[in-house]
Amino acid sequence: MSSSINFHAIKAIYRFEMARTFRTLMQSIASPVLSTSLYFVVFGAAIGSRMGAIDGISYGAFIIPGLIMLSLLTESISNASFGIYMPKWSGTIYELLSAPVSYVEAVIGYVGAAATKSVLLGILILLTARIFVDYQIMHPVWMVFFLVLTAITFSLFGFIIGVWADGFEKLQIIPMMIVTPLTFLGGSFYSINMLPGIWQQIALFNPVVYLISGFRWSFYGVSDVSMSVSVGMTLVFMTLCFAAIAWIFKTGYKLKN
Amino acid sequence: MQPIISIQNLTKTYATGFQALKGVNLDIRRGEIFALLGPNGAGKTTLIGVTCGIVNPTSGTVLADGHDIISDYRAARSKIGLVPQELTTDAFESVWATVNFSRGLFGKPRDPVLIEKILKDLSLWDKKDSKVMTLSGGMKRRVMIAKALSHEPQILFLDEPSAGVDVELRRDMWEMVRRLRDSGVTIILTTHYIEEAEEMADRIGVISKGELILVEDKNVLMEKLGKKQLTLYLKAPLEKIPAEFATQPLTLSADGNTLTYTFDTQDEHTGIAALLRSLGEHGIDFKELQSSQSSLEDIFVSLVRARA
Repeated sequence: MSSSINFHAIKAIYRFEMARTFRTLMQSIASPVLSTSLYFVVFGAAIGSRMGAIDGISYGAFIIPGLIMLSLLTESISNASFGIYMPKWSGTIYELLSAPVSYVEAVIGYVGAAATKSVLLGILILLTARIFVDYQIMHPVWMVFFLVLTAITFSLFGFIIGVWADGFEKLQIIPMMIVTPLTFLGGSFYSINMLPGIWQQIALFNPVVYLISGFRWSFYGVSDVSMSVSVGMTLVFMTLCFAAIAWIFKTGYKLKN
Repeated sequence: MQPIISIQNLTKTYATGFQALKGVNLDIRRGEIFALLGPNGAGKTTLIGVTCGIVNPTSGTVLADGHDIISDYRAARSKIGLVPQELTTDAFESVWATVNFSRGLFGKPRDPVLIEKILKDLSLWDKKDSKVMTLSGGMKRRVMIAKALSHEPQILFLDEPSAGVDVELRRDMWEMVRRLRDSGVTIILTTHYIEEAEEMADRIGVISKGELILVEDKNVLMEKLGKKQLTLYLKAPLEKIPAEFATQPLTLSADGNTLTYTFDTQDEHTGIAALLRSLGEHGIDFKELQSSQSSLEDIFVSLVRARA
């Protein structure tokens, strides 16, 4: 058994986490769908009707990829961080630590479940958007690729936050103080070409720009930065997250004494 | 026979600088019930934590059934079941789901028949669909035991199993521990309750300030360190012990009403007969006498005190 993979453990963690989602259906699915719908009503239908098209795309349609990304990022982080933080907080983490489970297996279980939820949510928002605005998806395969890649990457990031946090405040602070602003400033509601002068260059330091740009490209074939740069940046961030998690489990950082 | 757990030169220093274990060496025999005794903060839970993979050792090695707990952690951990001291359970899960989850986590395929048997043995079967948070403390403790047994471990750690547990559950638990031992499971328990160790254990280890100060068969330990005391309730109080008896191991109570004579159970000549005759000759009369053997608790307390 030493060399083989503990599939039963992956399955157990995944099922446990998914059960948690369905237990808290209102919080994990309904509320993000509702808040995104509100964005569509306010920015898409109400204000959007007064705004001109961006890159030839109606404003309501333009913001769809950004809004999905906004939810995807915040929900991936919150799902995954909660998933690992709760057992730490309640003490049930002892079982995971004492089980014959490698860190890769634990991460696949927790992050896999969190990413699954986020992808489901993204699709749900996409379907909801249809009620408010018309849109097209030029590159559906790339769209799904970006959706899944982003969900996994930010679930990994959430997992790290969940391990790092030692209180509920810390759990919220990075999503609230860093990720949400970066997403808003990352072109969810505008093209970064609309920014004045130097701010366009500054915006390129925001990793979320690449995600939204790539995702929007898969819808409408237009982007702020090139497609390959978008994919590359996402993969770099994902690799960094993997490295951090490997280190966490190797040293037992905040998990073991 | 190869010991089922072999701990060598194990040390643990926490980040705070606190040295919880100072070079512990311990072999646990296959199939025994081993009781680890020690005051709070002695290192009992740390020792268990290291063996189960929850605490990183600072140095030393631990083998579980021949498998190193770090380099071969999968094989080592799949042999071990742990019931920690704190009542930590997944509040929102049902009993059935949480116990099955544990089995999966330890890499075993689902086995509803086995889980049913475990739950029935622990009188949890009628609670299987209840959420864990709705259960009483004693029931939660049973759930934690069920979780630990769900993957059929060969080694079971019970960290303070009877803390906060009522008499009935304690008796049930002792019963269960004996049954497990009969089926070949090795059991290591830590406890504050000396009577628990006295009642259950085959061998006893005493840990104090991170050092294992004694490991002994329970019976041998009790014989070796067991002292008997003879208490004489006097008819008339004495002011002090008469000079003739100064060399005897006698103590007089503060009110002068009782005399206590301490003797070794291992000695052939306990000296009781001579003492009683001699007391009579000096006109010291007593109305009643009583002899008692020191319990494991007395032994334990004196051991730990001697080191302090």
